Amino acid sequence: MSPIVIAILVVVGIGAVCAVVIALVSKVMAVKVDERFPVIRGCLPGANCGACGFTGCDGYAKALIDDPKTPINLCIPGGDTVGQQLSDLLVVAFADVKEEFAVVRCGGTCDHTQDKMEYSGIQTCAAAKLLYNGKGLCPFSCIGFGDCVKVCDYNAICLEGGIAHIDPRRCVGCGKCAAACPKKIIEILPCSAPISVICSSKEPGGVTRKKCTAGCIGCRKCEKICPVGAIQVKDNLAQIDHDKCTGCGTCAEVCPVGCIFSMAGYKPERAK
Amino acid sequence: MSNFKALVVILMSAVITNNYVLSRFLGICPFLGVSKKLDQATGMSIAVIFVMLLATAVTWPIQYYVLDRLGLGYMQTIVFILVIASLVQIVEMILKKYLPALHTALGVYLPLITTNCAVLGVTILNIDEGYTFLEAMVNSFGSGLGFFLAMVLFSGVRSRIENCNPPESFQGLPITLVAASIVSVSFFGFSGVITNLFG
Repeated sequence: MSPIVIAILVVVGIGAVCAVVIALVSKVMAVKVDERFPVIRGCLPGANCGACGFTGCDGYAKALIDDPKTPINLCIPGGDTVGQQLSDLLVVAFADVKEEFAVVRCGGTCDHTQDKMEYSGIQTCAAAKLLYNGKGLCPFSCIGFGDCVKVCDYNAICLEGGIAHIDPRRCVGCGKCAAACPKKIIEILPCSAPISVICSSKEPGGVTRKKCTAGCIGCRKCEKICPVGAIQVKDNLAQIDHDKCTGCGTCAEVCPVGCIFSMAGYKPERAK
Repeated sequence: MSNFKALVVILMSAVITNNYVLSRFLGICPFLGVSKKLDQATGMSIAVIFVMLLATAVTWPIQYYVLDRLGLGYMQTIVFILVIASLVQIVEMILKKYLPALHTALGVYLPLITTNCAVLGVTILNIDEGYTFLEAMVNSFGSGLGFFLAMVLFSGVRSRIENCNPPESFQGLPITLVAASIVSVSFFGFSGVITNLFG
């Protein structure tokens, strides 16, 4: 027999043995996967943000299959669209998803405030915060190196005038940025009442005023005018209780420094 | 006793002097790709050690009892790739069935290793060096350990690079390759040390 034929036979033989073994092993070792899993996993947005309270989208999909009592309205990035798909797939009643979006609670752009130092260290917010709470004059201000921009999967955050700005039309409310912000000044708002105080300064009004012309001075005008009593000034800073707030926007009109914003016009209801 | 000494020399030289990544430049793809984080680097390296041992255990007998008997030594590369690829597939399925925790830990890296040149390199070099079966297994284990060492060391270097601020044209891959070359040069300092220590 010619050497070429032997070589071909040997390689084909080894290949065939491998193929048979793989085929056998794949039959014997087959692990049963619930056929609904890939479908449900496919519905979820795949941001792996953890806003649902499970370990990523895989964890939520698994929980939905394993435990029929798992609520289907937990996926905030997916919104009502995903909620509807899940209710159809799992044959459970549809429940409205409480849609949310994120907002940076700092309005200190370079027009309103200054830096207190020339910072040339590691260009991340987490590193800059370690040095006197960041480079800005106000210790509660956005540092503006964009740690939140890096974690956003939806390209919703950009840096404008030295601070982070979140585009409400793109934001899905997953909350990754709020977790990444070392100053903890990113707030998650419900879409139903999108009013926020765009300032986090807890310093007295006079001190805040000298450092930043866009800061909350704790004057309590908003607290007095709010028809449902949802605003309270605590630690020199107006705080909105989002469970009570109806989103009427009266507070935004009376605020003397203009640091209360109503985002009602900027956040269109997501297509259903 | 001299036998044992020979094994130690093989093991130590595989880990340090003939490090597969830093001296032989094999397995550069996972070395650059997966070395960003320490936990990923460890997972990948453990998977590599595991597959290197298995691959040697299977390819050594194939070389000596099948290919050499039939005078087909020149088919070594193709046959080894075939065998290693199917072996990794089988191992993955077995792990999925019996050790799901290990599978989720190594799962992503196992398919990456199927065509890893470091694994193929170990099996072929074992034959080229004329090692016995035991020596070949020790060499594979040492090579895997060497890969582990290189990955862990470099992931530390990588995390330093991530936090520095190099010139724009050096950012990303260029600075990583420069750093890899410096780490590799440092390993050349070991050449000759092992044989003098144990020889």
